[in-house]
Amino acid sequence: MLDALQRLGRVTLDFFERLGRGHLFLLQTLATLPGILLRPGLVLMQLYSVGVLTLVIILVSGTFVGMVLGLQGYNTLVDFGAEESLGVVVALSLVRELGPVVAALLFAGRAGSALTAEIGLMKATEQLSGMEMMAVDPVQRVIAPRFLAAFLSMPLLAAIFSAVGIYGGYLVGVDLLGVDEGAFWGQMQDAVDLRGDIYNGVIKSIVFGFVAGWIALFEGYDATPTAEGVSRATTRTVVHTALAVLGLDFVLTALMFGD
Amino acid sequence: MVKIRGLRFSHGERMIFDGIDLDIAPGKVTAIMGPSGTGKTTLLKLIGGQLHPASGSIRVHGEEVPALSRPALYRLRKRMGMLFQSGALLTDISVFENVAYPVREHTRLPERLLRDLVLMKLQAVGLRGAADLMPAELSGGMARRVALARAIALDPMMVLYDEPFTGQDPISMGILVKLIRELNDALGLTSIVVSHDVLETAAIADYVYLLSEGQVVDHGPPDAVRESSSAWSQQFLEGRPDGPAAFHYPARDFRDDLLRGGGVN
Repeated sequence: MLDALQRLGRVTLDFFERLGRGHLFLLQTLATLPGILLRPGLVLMQLYSVGVLTLVIILVSGTFVGMVLGLQGYNTLVDFGAEESLGVVVALSLVRELGPVVAALLFAGRAGSALTAEIGLMKATEQLSGMEMMAVDPVQRVIAPRFLAAFLSMPLLAAIFSAVGIYGGYLVGVDLLGVDEGAFWGQMQDAVDLRGDIYNGVIKSIVFGFVAGWIALFEGYDATPTAEGVSRATTRTVVHTALAVLGLDFVLTALMFGD
Repeated sequence: MVKIRGLRFSHGERMIFDGIDLDIAPGKVTAIMGPSGTGKTTLLKLIGGQLHPASGSIRVHGEEVPALSRPALYRLRKRMGMLFQSGALLTDISVFENVAYPVREHTRLPERLLRDLVLMKLQAVGLRGAADLMPAELSGGMARRVALARAIALDPMMVLYDEPFTGQDPISMGILVKLIRELNDALGLTSIVVSHDVLETAAIADYVYLLSEGQVVDHGPPDAVRESSSAWSQQFLEGRPDGPAAFHYPARDFRDDLLRGGGVN
């Protein structure tokens, strides 16, 4: 009994200690951001590896998700003779929810895990220590550009995901199943609100980008510097990001569309 | 150059240093030797300000390292080079860029001057020809020499070597031994070599500290330490398997343990 209590205490303390370290790490990273703006080259390089290299998976998945939405939506709507609203269903699902959320989950799997592994290995091979001893702040030089790149590329990736998704829905709905093209686009244009839907979707993706970047980089930076430690950190990145994104999505949705 | 007084440091429950005093003379090669796990690397990290002592004073060039603010610590580190055991080269840039790295970060040298400077440093370690290779293409010894060129890129006053000879073949070892001594004398450095390779280290050191179990057990010029009457020094320097540092990890009585049966505990 006492043992169990002790373990519970240990686990709780560890949890809060890590949470504290994570927040200190975030503050440290944010504090170095102004300095990194003077060196856009570093951020550009990371934008390429974090953002551009994630494009393929975003494009492919976005198209398929849109196609599935088109198919499922059509099958349901056609029962009510409302298949002309397919454009609205596809667009709202993507812009409000699936775009930001699925893009963030894919981002965690592709870019987040890569960031964690990279930083974790740099730590394990003493590259971060080496930088510190050369009087180069690894948080500013290594972490901050990656964080900024994640933060900037996430909304763009989510937007691209939604765009190709809508096109996927169009392919299935209009080209394959014969929904009227004018109704598809017209109703979509009518029902999707710039402020209520698109802005809110963009805000979500900005929040997710912030969280995904933070978790991935912190996990790498805080990893036990061994092969096993890095592998566990990489797993944690994907799991924690997924949980954080889905949890935050609910909170944000409640705040945005709750009334 | 470095003055350590009453240094205490513990890692979790384990006491690593229990009040040690140490002096590193300027312009000399000082060796810090001791068995694995005595915290030799930890000592270098304490001198470099990467770790904080529980108590005691570490003064480098007159500055109290644990009390320094971050900018002041970084200023001091620009004047210190450190050679990590693994080399700690940045794996995604070439040998040339690795050596150029600290110079690019801290100065605004024109590219031509920078190139000359880097080639001079690489020439000093005999690897000018390897400038375009990537770190993954280097042998362990070469990686350490590149790391050494990088450590001296900013013309530091002091270089810290963390186990420079571990895992090196005799030729690489010979090269590193020669480089450490010659660079120290030619550049007027102060060198601290942490190692457990007794022969190589004693050959180039001006002064030796022997550490064990959180204490300085012996110190002096290499010859004096070799002649020392301390049983522990003799055991370490001659590599005897048993002595003051026991062969057996502390355990219960052997006979009792065997007769008791059951599990390990």
